[in-house]
Amino acid sequence: MSQHQIQVTINGKAYEADVEARLLLVHFLREKLNMTGTHIGCDTTSCGVCTVLFNGKPVKSCTLLAVQANGAEVRTVEGLAQNGKLHPVQEAFHEKHGLQCGYCTPGMLMTSVALLERNPHPTEDEIRHGLSGNLCRCTGYTNIVKAVQYAAEKMAES
Amino acid sequence: MIPPSFDYVAPQTISDAVAALSQNENAKVLAGGQSLIPVMRFRLASPEVLVDINRIEGLSYIREEDGWLKIGAMTREADVEHSSLVSERYPLLADVARVISDPVVRNMGTVGGNLANADPGNDQPATMLAYGAEVVATGPNGERVIPIGSFFLGLYESALARDEILTEVRVPAPRPRSGGAYLKFERKVGDFGTVAVAAQVELDENDNFVSVGLGLTNVGLTAIQAAAAEDFLKGKAASEDNIRQAASLAAEAAQPIADFRGSEEYKRSLVKTYTVRALRKAVERAKGG
Repeated sequence: MSQHQIQVTINGKAYEADVEARLLLVHFLREKLNMTGTHIGCDTTSCGVCTVLFNGKPVKSCTLLAVQANGAEVRTVEGLAQNGKLHPVQEAFHEKHGLQCGYCTPGMLMTSVALLERNPHPTEDEIRHGLSGNLCRCTGYTNIVKAVQYAAEKMAES
Repeated sequence: MIPPSFDYVAPQTISDAVAALSQNENAKVLAGGQSLIPVMRFRLASPEVLVDINRIEGLSYIREEDGWLKIGAMTREADVEHSSLVSERYPLLADVARVISDPVVRNMGTVGGNLANADPGNDQPATMLAYGAEVVATGPNGERVIPIGSFFLGLYESALARDEILTEVRVPAPRPRSGGAYLKFERKVGDFGTVAVAAQVELDENDNFVSVGLGLTNVGLTAIQAAAAEDFLKGKAASEDNIRQAASLAAEAAQPIADFRGSEEYKRSLVKTYTVRALRKAVERAKGG
């Protein structure tokens, strides 16, 4: 067993911790830092509910070791709202009813945020392709796609 | 599911990483980790040491040099997908980069890892067989070049020695009137292909095949090069009839087994259909379509 000291910036705040090498990033977030906004779904790198932004890119935090995040910038769903104001993508999921049970939503939001940061005006096809690593068992995706389109419009206006 | 305990080192240089591999017989390279971490969580693999090569600089690049497209082993599949050089000049590689696992996995998964894992269900092995690529392995005695045709030895078994790291992949730069395509049949995004076919062709001015590369995904213990089909087409007209005959040969070369993705006959039939379609598309692209 090996212990490692890591420093990670999460949602702009610096954290230091001693972690076992086998600790997964998602467990570090949820169990060591009590940041339970990032969910665990399939445990098999399939569903994407545990998606966080790792140095700006969406990754599955169940398939990354916490020790790999040493020195990295991580963004989670907890970091989206600023000063009590929802992120435009969160607002859009609310407005367009882009969720039903809400379990996949943290991952959907993080992937959508990164998608719009890279491509502010995606086509429907690009949205569907971009979100294809995040599974939703409720919505049939229609309203999720609408929400991302709505967020793109809102973000272009502001 | 939590992996068993292991030691972890994150060297800054290739030589330190090679040294770490040499020191422990049960050490494993951690590249993108998108296959390794899941199998460790399922406890199908329990290396004693993980040698994380993510912190070694200079292993992520896509550039043309000396008649090759050189891809650093740690280049993420997403970087291939978003590369304008790849989308303009390497249609087969551009196709495959869009269908490897899913977009989130592609942000971590690497080209080198996809090959070094030697999983017949992975998409880069058949692609690189179709291209006639080379890989560069770096070990204690420096670099050696391995032609892709002799790289895959068996299920999850490659020509890499225990203390060698795959550091670069080299794809031949496209010649005039060449083109390629990758077609994958998958039950859902993120699954391994039930079957996939990689085709790379070059035509002469009369639309005869100058060269043909055909790789098959997930229908054997390794990715399969459909050599008989390739040889059949060489020098022949790029006609529908010839393509269909070659596809029958490719289906014969496949060695699928029945599993939850389908029966042996079904997969063989898919190989035939997908070979026809991949070759048609490759020919169309070679003609400039």
